[in-house]
Amino acid sequence: VTDRELHLATLMRAANRGDAGAYRQLLEAVAPVLRGLARQGLSRYGISAEDIEDVVQETLLAVHLKRTTWDEQRPLLPWLRAIVQNKLVDSVRRRGHRLMVPIEDVSDVLAAEDTTGHLNGFDAERMLGRLAGRQRDIVQAISIEGASARQVADRLGMTEGAVRVMLHRALKRLAGAFRSPRP
Amino acid sequence: MRTDQLIQAIAADGPIPGRSLAARMALALLLGGAAAAVLFALMLGVRGDLAQVALTWRFALKVIIATAAFIAALWAIARLSRPEARMRDVAAVLSAPLLLLAGCVVLELLTVRPDHWMTGAIGSNSRICLVSIPLLAAAPLAALLTAVRVGAPASPAAAGAVAGLAAGALGAALYATHCIDDSPLFVALWYTPAIALVILAGALAGRLVLRW
Repeated sequence: VTDRELHLATLMRAANRGDAGAYRQLLEAVAPVLRGLARQGLSRYGISAEDIEDVVQETLLAVHLKRTTWDEQRPLLPWLRAIVQNKLVDSVRRRGHRLMVPIEDVSDVLAAEDTTGHLNGFDAERMLGRLAGRQRDIVQAISIEGASARQVADRLGMTEGAVRVMLHRALKRLAGAFRSPRP
Repeated sequence: MRTDQLIQAIAADGPIPGRSLAARMALALLLGGAAAAVLFALMLGVRGDLAQVALTWRFALKVIIATAAFIAALWAIARLSRPEARMRDVAAVLSAPLLLLAGCVVLELLTVRPDHWMTGAIGSNSRICLVSIPLLAAAPLAALLTAVRVGAPASPAAAGAVAGLAAGALGAALYATHCIDDSPLFVALWYTPAIALVILAGALAGRLVLRW
């Protein structure tokens, strides 16, 4: 277990205690790790590089929505790797490839980190197209325009709590959209 | 959508974990177990001679085996709900109740005269057993599957199957207090396929509702 991995685990634990800043840091630090893992996986499965960012984004959503399944006493990387693997397998199945080789455990995942920035997954319009009404407005304002939940609440005349509830539902919906990409 | 944009949205949702898996499973067992108990009371009820047989080894063991399978399955569900867990991590614990049953069968075959084996095995209640256990297990299975939806099992079918084992074993433990057939041969011959049906149902349902 490296210092880096311990750092990620510390951020995740802080996030679980409600530290929003630590959570953002964690997500930003984990995305390149997931990209490296996805790249290794995809090359093993023989799929095109265009699909990598979809897997990264789908994994980020799963990390978020399934974060309670990480046991704080256990190391973080095997948990991340398992989620990437699950999403890779789904991705391969959706594209109709047959699985031949399981992903081997990668000894030094962090070395394979891929810090390519600002990558696109599914077309933003298409992703947002899976959301309707206020869910769509909220995700668009926060992710693309960079607004805070507070600002969105004021703009739409809602409470901040209501914005968060809708945002949470929207993210669940997006995670579902990845599972069945064609509406 | 760019990945950094998606991160904005996720970070804004923030770390607000919901009810834990353990809490959800406890609630599911409370609700599902209550439904099964009501159904049991209406449909079957405990046997009349419960007080007399409660401490005989055959009766005690069939209840103990079902309870052991129930506890082992609950433990296994908690493990399998984590994405990095595999079936082989829980296989030993899950097979323990089966080994206990096998031991009881051997003991029965050694202590009972061969011409009594068939009487014990066929019993008087086999059809009711095959129907009752899955019926009693239905509500607990539905409740458990709902609870496990917060999990992230590597294999939704395996997690569903283990939920089926937990529900089936719960149904079997209840049913064991009604059924007058106490021979381990009867338990092996009829309880096992009845629970297997629930496991199958759990696996099929798990594939549908436990994907994430």
